[in-house]
Amino acid sequence: MSDFLLELRSEEIPARMQAGARAELEKLFRREMTSAGVDVAGVTVWSTPRRLALIARGLPDATQAVSEEAKGPPQGAPDAAIDGFCRKNGVTKDQLELRDVKGRQIYFAVIEKPGQSVRDLLAKAIPAIIREFSWPKSMRWGDASIGTDSLRWVRPLSGIVALLGDDIVECGVHGVTSGAATKGHRFHHSGEITIGNAADYAMKLRAGHVIVDHAERQDMIRTGAAAVASEAGLSLVEDEDLVIENAGLTEWPIPLLGRFEDDFLEVPPETIQLTARVNQKYFVCEDAEGKLANAFICTANIAAEDGGAAIVDGNRKVLAARLSDARFFWDVDRKKTLEQHAEGLARITFHEKLGTVADKVKRVAKLAEWLTSDAAAPNGDHKAARRAAELCKADLVTEMVGEFPELQGLMGGYYARAEGLQSDVADAIRDHYKPVGQEDEVPTAPLTVAVGLADKLDTLLSFFKIGIFPTGSKDPFALRRAALGYLRLVQANDLNLSLDQVVHAWDGRPNKALVSKLTDFLADRLKVQQREAGVRHDLIDAVFALGGEDDLVRLLARVKALQSFMDSEDGTNLLAGYKRAANILKKEDWQGSGSRIARTGDEDPMENVDDPQMRAIYAARAKTLSYTPEPAEKALIDALDAAGPKAAAAIEAEDFSAAMSALASLRAPIDSFFEDVTVNDDDPAKRSARLDLLARFRDAVHRVADFSRIEG
Amino acid sequence: MNRDPANSFQDMILALHDFWSAHGCLILQPYDMRMGAGTFHTATTLRALGPEPWNAAFVQPCRRPTDGRYGENPNRLQHYYQYQVILKPSPSDIQDLYLESLRVIGIDPLKHDIRFVEDDWESPTLGAWGLGWEVWCDGMEVTQFTYFQQMGGFDCKPVAGELTYGLERLAMYIQSVDNVYDLAFNSAGVSYGDVFLENEKQMSKWNFEVADTDALFDLFAKAEAECRNALANEVPIAAYEQAVEASHIFNLLQARGVISVQERASYMARVRDLARGSCEAHMAKEAPVWAEKYPEWSA
Repeated sequence: MSDFLLELRSEEIPARMQAGARAELEKLFRREMTSAGVDVAGVTVWSTPRRLALIARGLPDATQAVSEEAKGPPQGAPDAAIDGFCRKNGVTKDQLELRDVKGRQIYFAVIEKPGQSVRDLLAKAIPAIIREFSWPKSMRWGDASIGTDSLRWVRPLSGIVALLGDDIVECGVHGVTSGAATKGHRFHHSGEITIGNAADYAMKLRAGHVIVDHAERQDMIRTGAAAVASEAGLSLVEDEDLVIENAGLTEWPIPLLGRFEDDFLEVPPETIQLTARVNQKYFVCEDAEGKLANAFICTANIAAEDGGAAIVDGNRKVLAARLSDARFFWDVDRKKTLEQHAEGLARITFHEKLGTVADKVKRVAKLAEWLTSDAAAPNGDHKAARRAAELCKADLVTEMVGEFPELQGLMGGYYARAEGLQSDVADAIRDHYKPVGQEDEVPTAPLTVAVGLADKLDTLLSFFKIGIFPTGSKDPFALRRAALGYLRLVQANDLNLSLDQVVHAWDGRPNKALVSKLTDFLADRLKVQQREAGVRHDLIDAVFALGGEDDLVRLLARVKALQSFMDSEDGTNLLAGYKRAANILKKEDWQGSGSRIARTGDEDPMENVDDPQMRAIYAARAKTLSYTPEPAEKALIDALDAAGPKAAAAIEAEDFSAAMSALASLRAPIDSFFEDVTVNDDDPAKRSARLDLLARFRDAVHRVADFSRIEG
Repeated sequence: MNRDPANSFQDMILALHDFWSAHGCLILQPYDMRMGAGTFHTATTLRALGPEPWNAAFVQPCRRPTDGRYGENPNRLQHYYQYQVILKPSPSDIQDLYLESLRVIGIDPLKHDIRFVEDDWESPTLGAWGLGWEVWCDGMEVTQFTYFQQMGGFDCKPVAGELTYGLERLAMYIQSVDNVYDLAFNSAGVSYGDVFLENEKQMSKWNFEVADTDALFDLFAKAEAECRNALANEVPIAAYEQAVEASHIFNLLQARGVISVQERASYMARVRDLARGSCEAHMAKEAPVWAEKYPEWSA
């Protein structure tokens, strides 16, 4: 048993690729070993900017000898078949064994495979791993790159250390050969370091100023940064992504704290933090009040002779230059009002078929105004909503957002406040993109909600109108996100919006086709959202199947009422009664006793009857029976007479739990009905009337939800 | 000759010349046209194509009209210098050579934090891309380091290594000044500001406010037409010059703010067509000669 060490050295590997590279190295190593029949237990992988390392513990010295059997042709088969079998298995005919298999004599070849040296197997596996290694981006280099098939690696591959126990596994790929020698820190260690075996690898590198374990470097940065912040009386703004990135950029990380001029704090703190993080990979700090401090923490890759003073000073200058730019953008942008900036939107195409962003803004403003006057928020300040909408995209053409696109909205809010716009308008400009992610808070300020809804609705309707929908995983215009944002806004704010009216207001005319596209799309997203939130999909389907509802908040309320009803005993029993009734009706293929009596409960049974006298007769017939009903039958009729209008009224009043209670009142009567009354009576009039009654019961239930979709 | 790169911008350049000359580079002079980067120099673009070894170093003045700050920003200039080194094929010790060149101009990597940070390079205009890094010195990008993979849409065979030093930034480091205009240009009291401040003021004004946009649109169209004329007459180097010209005129139009976002893409595509067309024509013209001299090579 020996431990195996593999180190693949290269010029600096991008920090963001190192985690993936570690996984890839382990995956390929395990795959190669498995296919070679080598058992692999514990594998450790490490990375630094200049090396990937893998240690596999307890590899056997050789694979086990195995003997394999192959079943061949039967005795007496043509010679050609037997010869072919021998060739295939590398044996001669006299080495074959004859065995009895169910009364027939069959040739068997027994092939002995001797154990193979693991060192030899590794020598073959290493070049294969290197050749097949998949990088997000790879390149060619050097003399060999004159040909097309030269090796590709993330950056030039410069060395291989391969040791099994204390012995070098000799191998090579494209002119890079394996050995025991590696290199230490680029500046702190000159010359080569000879590794003895896997056990002394990390230690010897440490002596060469390289911490090979990325997790240890991450920890050094995490704790080191917090320590220098606290020494300065500040607290570190934690940023795990930055920790990982800096660990991927250093072999000997040393966090250093520096200060920048106080004056820069006059620009919005988000821009400082973003500049520091994105451009320079610095951490930032907060003071005791939680306000951004004039400090940064950079992570050096050397223990400098002067303790890092020159490094901190250099980094301070760079940050100062960056912050000067940010301040320049901040100053320049504020020389124009948002309204003036917004003029520039006429030069930005929103989509080639949908005009410019300025065109979009016009539509959004119109809709936001409508939403705050006629629709959702009757008390809304529709003038302010229009204003906020008109300005909400203006920051897209500012210098600052040009430099940092992730500050869209936020900067608009700052500029709005800076020019003295009222604060709810500024908030609406700032927050109208929200909610963006799952964790993002959902706005509740009326103006923000109006502008946010208008923006999302306009995006959806505009694209639907030109026939663009997401397909599969492709959603280039983020329409699903817009839909989800819309849903979360209406849910969180409990807004009753008729999509029919929304489309009318947006399009300036009724547009049934567009309403149904929008409703279907939103309904789909709502289903996905509710399913993810753990709501039973069959209940969602039961409500959605009713159709004809364009208010999603109402739909959802109905789903919720149904869910709690179905969790009750009344619900479960009613469902059982419903299923029994539906089964009988289905079995009988019952279309109703009248020729055109409703099938779904939605149609008016009288709609095709022209003769007023006939109408009266039909109507009477539906009410009266030609025989005296049995008590349970009568009870069901009465219950339906009472529950039907009650449920209808409750739905009208959007009181869905009352509608469910009305249904619940049918539970006992339907149970007794099935117990006491024979539906299939010999008297055709009774049979017909009772089937009609079951149909009535079914239809009454259907007006609340399509119970046929409910499982259980 | 005693160089004093720590106290003189020109001595820093001369020290780099000495260094790369000693390492086998031709020391070339700037290309005599306005261009946005040293990469546009034919010693880089056109020489990156084909199998012939090529090692050269030169200073290239660069024009970035939109980066002008009227001489008021301590770091940003619309005209500055790049030091360009191109090594083809890329030598295996190219990083060591580069770090050695930093020592020569006075940057001690045990005092300053030198880092190779991922930064891939792509020029849609030139149909070119490469992988590499921006080299950081105490957090400041001082060099772009690229292994060219494609140029003009063709694979670079072999791959060239390109080093682009930002000379002013490096000098600010070495001389330890915060403002580019305070750099010592020589050791006799002439500052960078003495040489360039007025130039920056005037050129920023011209770039942003004065340049006659109708004339610029006209120049763009003429360069485009002339490029095609040169291509039709099989003089790809002349065609390439017109592509460089069109590219700079486009940058000026951008600075004047007269190209809308939609138009921008189409102008860039036009410049790219010119540059690619020139590279293709150059390749077509030279390929037979190269293939004969280097049998292992193919386009």
